[in-house]
Amino acid sequence: MSRLGDWVYRLQEQRRVGSLSTCVAIAGADYCVVTADTRLSVGYSILTRDHSKICDLSSPLLPVGDATTLFSPYIDTILSVSPKLNLCSYVCRADKCVLASSGFQGDIKALHKNLAARELLYQHQHNKWMSCPSMAQLLSNTLYFKRSSPYYAINVLGGLDSEGKGCVFTYDAVGSYERTGYSAQGTGSSLIMPVLDNQLKSPSPLLLPARDAVTRLSESEAIDLVKDVFASATERDIYTGDKLEIVVINKAGTKLEYIDLRKD
Amino acid sequence: WQQAMGSHTAGGSQAPPPPPAAAGGGETQRTQYPYVTGTSVIALKYKDGVIMACDTGASYGSTLRYKSVERIKAVGKHSLIGASGDLSDHMWDDGNSLGPKEIHSYLTRVMYNRRNKFDPLWNSLVLGGVKKGPKGDEKYLGMVNMIGTHFEENHIATGFGNHLAIPILRAEWHEDMTFEEAVKLVEKCLLVLLYRDRSSINKFQIAKITAEGSTIYPPYSLKTYWGFSHFENPAQGAVGSW
Repeated sequence: MSRLGDWVYRLQEQRRVGSLSTCVAIAGADYCVVTADTRLSVGYSILTRDHSKICDLSSPLLPVGDATTLFSPYIDTILSVSPKLNLCSYVCRADKCVLASSGFQGDIKALHKNLAARELLYQHQHNKWMSCPSMAQLLSNTLYFKRSSPYYAINVLGGLDSEGKGCVFTYDAVGSYERTGYSAQGTGSSLIMPVLDNQLKSPSPLLLPARDAVTRLSESEAIDLVKDVFASATERDIYTGDKLEIVVINKAGTKLEYIDLRKD
Repeated sequence: WQQAMGSHTAGGSQAPPPPPAAAGGGETQRTQYPYVTGTSVIALKYKDGVIMACDTGASYGSTLRYKSVERIKAVGKHSLIGASGDLSDHMWDDGNSLGPKEIHSYLTRVMYNRRNKFDPLWNSLVLGGVKKGPKGDEKYLGMVNMIGTHFEENHIATGFGNHLAIPILRAEWHEDMTFEEAVKLVEKCLLVLLYRDRSSINKFQIAKITAEGSTIYPPYSLKTYWGFSHFENPAQGAVGSW
């Protein structure tokens, strides 16, 4: 068998290894919590413990870290730099839409860049930010567009919709999506999802009139739940750990918080 | 594990197998597997900039064919690139004054897009540099590998170094090391790699990049110790116990 054949097979194998790392999002009545761990793994090695998988899609006009370079063809001046955030994540102030992805890191970064650029174009053309449900549709289309050679990125999009209610959209690798009240994707998802199902007790979608899928928990309770759930997933999933990046979106804006997870 | 493809070609053979006949008139050019490969590159940030080191050997399959290969090159005024993997796949920027982050971005895109076309550059590249940013001199150290996975860190090691050197770097690296401390740490890692990586040789090059520019030092060797009692009379246990 030719070595290129070997290599293609290995590439496909890598894609089938499973979405590396874990991301979780929970929607509340007026907030949304989007979280992901920061471990970057290849095989049984950890490449780095400090790699953000979250992309803030609401105002790519204000990037920090190495996003600055990636956008320098598009922006003339850097409008502000947030001092406390020095990871390579796209960050900004007024925000309603955050994307967390797990899977193959090359594809994830390419997808995030693609979406952020489309968001920027939208802002220039329509003089307003893209709403979360619009971004959800755009992401779905972007993923399906590459149906023949998919982005190996399993996504969770979280934010506030136009009424200010929390929304979470959960995806597969080729763009099929659904608006839900909470979601977990990645290697830890099978460990986390049952716990979320139990704790957040989403009403059945078969009920009429349709009930809200968002949780009635308060913001701080949701954040505590997410921390607990990740701490548990870290115990058993080798690809999850090191640090947890928590992004909370509410009326006031976006807040970023980090907590340490087990490093083994 | 993509590094394995780079450092160790077809197991057991002396040289890589001959390339399969090109289909379709030989227009397709693909590195289907690496021919001449370099092994690990180690790099870390220190107080004044970034230090990068690697050995100067290149293997042709399991033969250590070339012993004086420079795998670290300066790019522009601000960066150094160190490469492990196939040596003919090195691609160099031509000296315009891009900063290290920009070069890292560019390399990432190149590697990722080549990988998408199933025509990969069979390399792991380490990119280090210092450039004036909004907060003064900013040190930058990043890595891109064959399939486009890229990240930025305080210390990087590719190839075997990923397994042997990273634990040492994680334990002993700290912010603002002096140049001497950084060199000692790097030499410690290089020594471990020399003992344990079969494709490394005892001839290393260290390069540093600071705000003033890059310096690639001439190659030199490390002292090794082989005086273990078990090595002294290797034929001692030759008869065997059964």
